[in-house]
Amino acid sequence: MEAFIQYTVQGLAAGGFYALAALGLAIIFGALNVVNFAHGAFYMLGAVLTAVFLEFANLNFWVSLALVPVILFIFGVIVERLLVQWLLGLDILYTFLLTFGISLVLVDLVRMRFGVSGLPYDQPPGLTGSVHVGAIELPVYQVFVFGFSVLICLLVWLLLTKTRMGMVVRAATEEPERSRALGINVSRWITPVFGFGVAVAGIAGVLAAPFRAITATMGSNFIIILFAVVVIGGLGSILGSVVAGFLVGLVEAYGQGYASNFAQILIFILMAVVILVRPAGLFGRKETS
Amino acid sequence: MFDVTGLYASYGQAAVLHDVSLSIKPGEVVTLVGRNGAGKTTLLRSIMGLHRDCRGAVTMEGKRIETFSPNQRAKAGLGWVPDNRGIYSSLTVAENLTLPPIVGKDAWSLNRVYDAFPALKERRSSMGTQLSGGEQQMLAIARVLRMGARLLLLDEPSEGLAPVIVQSIGRIIREAKEQGLAVLLVEQNVKFAATVADRHYLLAQGRVVEQLSNKDFQLREHELLEHLGM
Repeated sequence: MEAFIQYTVQGLAAGGFYALAALGLAIIFGALNVVNFAHGAFYMLGAVLTAVFLEFANLNFWVSLALVPVILFIFGVIVERLLVQWLLGLDILYTFLLTFGISLVLVDLVRMRFGVSGLPYDQPPGLTGSVHVGAIELPVYQVFVFGFSVLICLLVWLLLTKTRMGMVVRAATEEPERSRALGINVSRWITPVFGFGVAVAGIAGVLAAPFRAITATMGSNFIIILFAVVVIGGLGSILGSVVAGFLVGLVEAYGQGYASNFAQILIFILMAVVILVRPAGLFGRKETS
Repeated sequence: MFDVTGLYASYGQAAVLHDVSLSIKPGEVVTLVGRNGAGKTTLLRSIMGLHRDCRGAVTMEGKRIETFSPNQRAKAGLGWVPDNRGIYSSLTVAENLTLPPIVGKDAWSLNRVYDAFPALKERRSSMGTQLSGGEQQMLAIARVLRMGARLLLLDEPSEGLAPVIVQSIGRIIREAKEQGLAVLLVEQNVKFAATVADRHYLLAQGRVVEQLSNKDFQLREHELLEHLGM
């Protein structure tokens, strides 16, 4: 029982990374019809920047948590204006290839500068050690990651459902063409939405820094699982990506705890089952003709 | 007030509209009648700027708008009610109503919309697609009235709806007309068209084959029904 609860908390923390990153992926896919293969690389950049800030500028975790999303938002805006926008009207494969290329370049740039051995990062001050709940010991940092990622997901949800900006983005996401014909300048929202999705991936990266090995390739494995998350949740569904993110985190943690040989496979078995039972994903809209 | 002159449209090699011209004055309800596949929806989409493969002049209130993007055309006063009604499933009824920007000074206030459509007021926090078909059609029309569009482009608003709902759609069209709005109505329901329109354009194989006053239209109703294959 004790182990089960520890695995659960560990799974919810890992799920937090997946939920945040998948949320960004879903928002970008919805609004731009772009499958952003560079999302794992943006997540990696978030973690690497966090480590670099500490090592070279002595900026601690909390500063990174505030600063990195802003930097990645600007970076996302630049990438969209410079590269992505030119391919938006074309077949979805073009932006898929483009973002795949972007991820290769980013990974190699980081590898050239920092090598492959990984950057060190300690648990941030104030979040070290464990809390005791009855007889069970839970790492403070994992509890924090879970709580913080839920908070960010809630904020994004509020932004999307309670503001005029969110309403316009939802409309543009659901039916870009019709929204144009109703007087919405859809193009104007494309760039900030892309930047926003990248920034949320950056937050996941910052949270991962003290918890995962910070290497140039940390996003490459991550993106594979992320696509499984998005398929399970339903492509383009924001709620689905969050729920599936936590679900996959849990499956992974239980797998590692109880059947470590199968930990990675379990996620894809889950994905296969979901595709068989609900081809559009747990929260996906059915294809309409 | 609104003119289409010499409009041609095609899908790749297949020509869909040939030299279509029509004009509408403020306070006038004009229908576009024709069989399925005559090009009615393509004409509306071309007017809205959504069908790219077309050429010809489109003039709104003296302004040439054929080079405008769809959202600029909406801002110029064109209110599109698509044939699938175009209700957003991820937006509530109230959000569906207030999504488009207000583009005219005679835009209906939200209160006026709710007075005219009590069902929408009652269900304003429901998601858009939870409404019945008739309510969705009301919502789609209410949306362009709230927007303050001066030309309403209605694509088969009566399709698949109960007679009593079709009647209330007729009432709204007449109210819009009295307010001085222009209405271009695509319709296959000849009887309904005759109850609301001033003039009719007959579209066949992508051409305007005839233009009729509502009086002549009513006199020839049987012949037209035959032409439409109904």
